[in-house]
Amino acid sequence: MTDNRTTRQKVEAGLPRRRRKELRFKLLGMLATTVGILFLGVFFSSLIADGASAFKQTFIKLDIELSEEVLAPGGELDLAYADFDGLVRSALRAEIPEASGRRDRRELYRIVSVGAGYQVRDLISRSPELLGTTQTMWVPASSNVDMLIKGNIDANIEEALRPLSDKQIGWVRTLQEAGRLESRFNKALFTNGDSREPELAGIKGAVMGSLYMLLVTIALSFPIGVAAAIYLEEFAPRNRWSDLIEVNINNLAAVPSIVFGLLGLAVFINWAALPRSAPLVGGLVLTLLTLPVIIIASRAAIKAVPPSIREAALGLGASQMQVVFHHVLPLALPGMLTGTIIGMSRALGESAPLLMIGMVAFIVDVPGSLTDPATALPVQIFLWADSPERAFAERTSAAIIVLLGFLLVMNLAAVILRRRMERKW
Amino acid sequence: MTEASTNDPAPESAPEQKAEPVVEAAVLHEMPGRVTELGGATVGNTTCEHPFMVAEDVNVYYGDNHAIQNVSLEIGKKEVIALIGPSGCGKSTFLRCLNRMNDTIETARVTGNITLDGKDIYRKEQDPVALRARVGMVFQKPNPFPKSIYDNVAYGPRIHGLAADRAELDNIVHTSLERAGLINEVKDRLDEPGTSLSGGQQQRLCIARTIAVNPEVILMDEPCSALDPIATARIEDLMDELCEDYAIVIVTHSMQQAARVSKRVAYFHLGLLVEVDDTDRIFTNPQHKLTEDYITGRIG
Repeated sequence: MTDNRTTRQKVEAGLPRRRRKELRFKLLGMLATTVGILFLGVFFSSLIADGASAFKQTFIKLDIELSEEVLAPGGELDLAYADFDGLVRSALRAEIPEASGRRDRRELYRIVSVGAGYQVRDLISRSPELLGTTQTMWVPASSNVDMLIKGNIDANIEEALRPLSDKQIGWVRTLQEAGRLESRFNKALFTNGDSREPELAGIKGAVMGSLYMLLVTIALSFPIGVAAAIYLEEFAPRNRWSDLIEVNINNLAAVPSIVFGLLGLAVFINWAALPRSAPLVGGLVLTLLTLPVIIIASRAAIKAVPPSIREAALGLGASQMQVVFHHVLPLALPGMLTGTIIGMSRALGESAPLLMIGMVAFIVDVPGSLTDPATALPVQIFLWADSPERAFAERTSAAIIVLLGFLLVMNLAAVILRRRMERKW
Repeated sequence: MTEASTNDPAPESAPEQKAEPVVEAAVLHEMPGRVTELGGATVGNTTCEHPFMVAEDVNVYYGDNHAIQNVSLEIGKKEVIALIGPSGCGKSTFLRCLNRMNDTIETARVTGNITLDGKDIYRKEQDPVALRARVGMVFQKPNPFPKSIYDNVAYGPRIHGLAADRAELDNIVHTSLERAGLINEVKDRLDEPGTSLSGGQQQRLCIARTIAVNPEVILMDEPCSALDPIATARIEDLMDELCEDYAIVIVTHSMQQAARVSKRVAYFHLGLLVEVDDTDRIFTNPQHKLTEDYITGRIG
């Protein structure tokens, strides 16, 4: 059968089908995008819904008598041994006089955090002249009271099934009615290290640990990565060896991160005898992890520099070195920095290799140097997520929010850097 | 049939030419002694009065590809020589041999002899950096650095340490821009990026950048192919002025341009230097049939 339609007729006959195809593809794309945004929305809203309450903490107002008899029984104040908890307890007893028996009192004491005593100690050590006066202080409530106030503990279920007794709930209500209970900004979350008590636990230790690690990582991986990229791209001869290196770098970028952790354990801790749990080792491991990323990004950035710029410089009599440092590097730098920041944000979010080198330990102190024991933010999230206390659940979400905040800032910096420094040619 | 050639050392390469219908050409240009086959020695005159750069038996290989074969050519002082020929004929390759830009291509291999002022530029102790300071190059596409106009021109003098202080550098930049005929257009905006100029201005900036190093030879690789006729005319005027001081080698696809600016013309074809002669002679009385076909528009 011969087709004696003209070309135009054939083209027009096919048009509706083409348009339908195009429309279908467009709809599919829109659907995919919508699903993506939807999941992202669900993720963020659940995260914020869970975590936002962790930025608030319930405090109890107590009039604490800084009695000299209790604190300095021998006339001498010893901060290490003075009974600060006793002061808090007597202040509590003064508020809730009906708690009389030993059992009642013990229950009563549990509505304030053990951190209250430390707070009094800090006050006295800061200003010893207050000794003998009575001070009104806001001390943190225990995490169970906090959970009750935030509505995470149901007062209507059977007493034995909830962490707070009827009496305790009654006392909390009494304090609440007396205006002695207040929800305040949870400063401890940002100024404290980890703690077994959720109301005292903070992310500062983890943030500092992450920061020290990133310092080590960036100080090592940026110069090494960029130098390697420049050498491979500009100076290395193209032969079997450089091909082999290239393949291996690309493979390294895909190696699961926990393998780098094992390598770090074997080389840095077992062989080089560096301290366990230290940000220094974490940083070294993360350097290994980010190096391939940085090298690949830097090589791509160098490759993107137009050859005409190289030729122009060479034609003027610039040496290979001058071409690289005067022209190629400045033009490739935005791409290199973007790659580095993206590598850094990968390093910041990494937890698996850190588990291998002991950064998963429970560490209360905020690290002060590269060799102090520390954890990192993602590991802290892992630790908190593992904790049974109800109050750690919201803190886990809060720590995730903080981590995502850091990542967002870093990625934003990468975008801004790229926009600012990108030059046209 | 094929006309007999007077100076053909390789008659065995002739058979493939036999198939070509040369009747028409023979009718149109009934000239005795016309060379028709490819592969013989260069016809015309490869020498000149005051040779400055001399290429002898230059062969270039890119890997297995024999890009140019046995090219011998003299380039005189203070003259413009144009290299013409169809695309891929090796004229740019030859040009890039003259300042060793081919060194940057890993697979490129150059044999033969090229001397500058009597000295072999491919000798071991010759630093290509020093050579390129003496043999400057202007490229097909204007390629100013993404820096200020001032820094573009000052770059060469800076890396070669030509200026002792800022005032001297200022002076070099101004003179170079002046000689490139650009000073009036840019003197108030030397701090603006070189890439903000128009295409023709950019190319003149590139020329200014090249002459700021005060080279002895300037190589131009189709410098006007990306420019409009007005900008082209300006560059050509510039070449007329510059050839009073420099030897200029220009690769061009424009026969008119070659005729306008050059004193001598070299015609390349498939990696061979087919014919070299004074511009007038090449365009009025080419000795090789391929040259004639090319300039009359039958090939290329």
